[in-house]
Amino acid sequence: MAERCAVIGVGQTHYTSKRRDVSIAGLVREAALRALDDAGLTFADIDAVVIGKAPDLFEGIMMPEAYLADALGAAGKPMMRVHTAGSVGGSTALVGAGLIQGGVHDRVLVVAFEKQSESNATWALSTHLPFSSSLVVGAGGYFAPHIREYMRRTGAPEHIGALVAVKDRLNALKNPYAHLRIPGIDRKMVESTPMLWEPIRYLETCPSSDGACALVLSSERAVTGTPAWVHGAAMRSEPIFRAGRDTVNPQAGKDCAADVYQQAGVTDPRRQIDVAEVYVPFSWYEPMWLENLGFVAEGEGWKVTESGATALDGDTPWNASGGVLSSNPIGASGLIRFAEAALQVRGMAGEHQVDGARLALGHAYGGGAQFFAMWIVGRDRP
Amino acid sequence: MRRVAVVAFAQTEHTGHDTGVGEVELILPVINEVKERTGLTRFGFTCSGSCDYLAGAPFSFVSALDALGAWPPISESHVEMDGAWALYEAWVRLQHGDVDTALVYGFGKSSLGDLAEIMTLQLDPYYLAPLGLDRLSFAALQASATGADRKELDEIVRRSRADGRRNPYALDLPEQIPDGFAVEPLKTSDVAPITDGAAAVVLAAGDLAERLCATPAYITGIAHRIEPHYLGMRDLSRSASAADAARAAGVGKAPVEVAELHAQFAHEEVILRQAMELPDDTVINPSGGPLAANPVMATGLIRIGEAARRIHDGTARRTVGHAAGGPCLQHNLVTVLEA
Repeated sequence: MAERCAVIGVGQTHYTSKRRDVSIAGLVREAALRALDDAGLTFADIDAVVIGKAPDLFEGIMMPEAYLADALGAAGKPMMRVHTAGSVGGSTALVGAGLIQGGVHDRVLVVAFEKQSESNATWALSTHLPFSSSLVVGAGGYFAPHIREYMRRTGAPEHIGALVAVKDRLNALKNPYAHLRIPGIDRKMVESTPMLWEPIRYLETCPSSDGACALVLSSERAVTGTPAWVHGAAMRSEPIFRAGRDTVNPQAGKDCAADVYQQAGVTDPRRQIDVAEVYVPFSWYEPMWLENLGFVAEGEGWKVTESGATALDGDTPWNASGGVLSSNPIGASGLIRFAEAALQVRGMAGEHQVDGARLALGHAYGGGAQFFAMWIVGRDRP
Repeated sequence: MRRVAVVAFAQTEHTGHDTGVGEVELILPVINEVKERTGLTRFGFTCSGSCDYLAGAPFSFVSALDALGAWPPISESHVEMDGAWALYEAWVRLQHGDVDTALVYGFGKSSLGDLAEIMTLQLDPYYLAPLGLDRLSFAALQASATGADRKELDEIVRRSRADGRRNPYALDLPEQIPDGFAVEPLKTSDVAPITDGAAAVVLAAGDLAERLCATPAYITGIAHRIEPHYLGMRDLSRSASAADAARAAGVGKAPVEVAELHAQFAHEEVILRQAMELPDDTVINPSGGPLAANPVMATGLIRIGEAARRIHDGTARRTVGHAAGGPCLQHNLVTVLEA
C-alpha cells in the first residue's frame, strides 16, 4: 500500500507575457520560495527536487535542470527532470508525489516553469524529426480540426466556445496571479476578435506566458500547515499515429479518469467533485473534456457549458482560477491546475474559492491529446 | 523497500555513424527483445529517457510510443535525462505496491549533430553558454584538475577498447591509440566515441522477478545526487555527488566484483573509482564502457544493464551500475545489484 501524500505548500508567480526583470533561475526560485513559505519551511527541509517543463526548444536551453539545481537548493540532493509534452506540469506533480507514496522521501519540492518570452513556442512546436511529416501549424492548427469534428458529431452551436472564453476570463478577474485580466470581457468582445484557426478566435485561445509554479509535497508524518491530501493519481499515454484512435474523445483520457476516480472512490464526478481545474487551452476543450472525463454523457458537454453549470457559481465549477485560457506558461500550466485544485480544498483560493470545496480534480493533457495526467485532492485524509 | 530486480536487458548493436534508421526503428528491436525474454506484453509502468536536442526537434519521445504498441493506453512517463533516471523513476513507482512490472528504455543518436556544441546549450544560458565553452573544453578543465598520470589514462583507453572489441554491441575501435589532443590535456582517445544506440530494461517486483528470470539482479541500493552547476563552485578533481550517492546506495557494504561506470572521458573513471571507493580488485567496465560505445541518453542505462547482465549470467554476485549527467559529472546515480 502506498504512503499517503499531501500538498502543504503552493507558490506561483504572477503570470505575464514577459518577465524581463528575472532570469529563468530567478523565476523558478520565486515560485519555490513562495511554496516553501506557504509550508513554513526552507530549502533545508526538502529531500529532493523534481522539475518539469515543456520542450527545451522553448527557451533554447538543453536540460535546464542542470543549471537550475543551484537556484532550487538541489545541490547535494536528488533532482529529476520530467518531460511529457503539455501534460508535463501534471506529470511532474505525479513524479514528486510518487517519491512520497513510494516511501522514498518525506518532503519533495516540485517546480514547473516556462519562460515563453525567451523564444517562440509556435516555431518550436513546428519543427520536426527528419523523414517525418510536419504540419507546421503549432498547437492551434493541430487541435482545430478535432474541435470541428466535435461540433459535427454533437451538433453544437458555434457560440459555445465564446461562452467558455468569457467565463474563464471572468474567473481570472478574481485571481491575482492570472495573466489575462480583461475588464468588460463579454461574448461580443470575443466574437469580434480575429479567427485564428477555424473555429478558434483570438480570445478563445490561451496566451503565451512567463511563469513558474511550485508545490511542497509531504508524507503524512512530515505535514506542516494546511494539507490537501492526494486521493488518487494516474497517468496514461496512447500513440499519436495509431489508426482508429479517437482524437476527439481519447481513450487514454477516459482510462486515466477511470483510474483516478476508482482510487478516490468517485462514481459520479459531476456531483462528487466540487471543483475541477482542467487543461483547456482552447475554449472548446471544456465541453469536449466534460464528456471525456465522464462529467456528462457523450454529446451533452456543450449543453452543460451553455447552461452555465461550469461557472464559479454553477453546480460543477470548472477552472475557477481562469484556467489555461487565462495563464499559460506551458510547462507549468498542468502543475498550476494541480496546484489550484489543492488551493481549493485547502480553502486558500481567495476570491475564486468555491465555497466548501472538499474534493477537487487537477487535469493536464499534452501531445496530440494523447498524454494525460490527473490527480484528485481532498480536504480529508484518505 | 520492496524488492525489485532487473529481469531483462537488451541493447542495440551500437554504431559510430547514422545508419539511416529513425528513433522508433532503433527502439523497436530492443523493446521486442525484452518482451520476448520475459514473456510480458504489458507492463504496469513504462518510463523512458531521451533528449530533444539530439534529434533537433521537440517531443522526440512522442513517436517512441508507436514502438511500444501503447494500446490500450499505458501508464507512462518520460525524463529528459539518461534512461538510468527513467529506471530510477520506475523503481520508485514499483515501491507503491500496486504494479509489479516496469519497462524502461533510453535512446539517442549523437551522430546527427555536433555533440560538443550541443552540450554547450546545457550550460547556464546567461553566464556560461555565451562563453562558448563546449563539452570537450569543460572536460579538459576537469582532466587538468584531476592531474591523472598519462600512462594510467592511456591504459584505461587501451583496456576499454580491447573489452569493447570483445563486446558484440560496442564499437570496434583500433588498438593503436592515436596521439593528439582534443583540448589539452584531453587526448582525442580519452573521449567517448560518437554513437547511435538504444537500450531497454524490464524491472519486476517481489516473487514475480524469479518467475520471469532464473537469476534476477536485485536492486539492493539506488540513489542519486546533483551538485552545483558552476564549475568554479566545485572541486573538479573530486566527485562529491558520486561519493554521496555511492554511500546512500550502500556500495561499500560488501565487495563489488564489477562496476560499470558512466565515464565519458578517461579521467572520469579515475575520479569515479576514487569517489565510490572501489577497491583495486573491482573489474571496471568489462563491457568496454562508454569509451567503447556512448549512445548518449542510453549510456547510463546500459551501465545498469551490463552490471545486471553479470548477475544474470552468473559471473558475478554483486555489481554496481553508475550513470552521470550534466557538465563535469554534475549529477551521479549509483545502483547496487545483487544475486
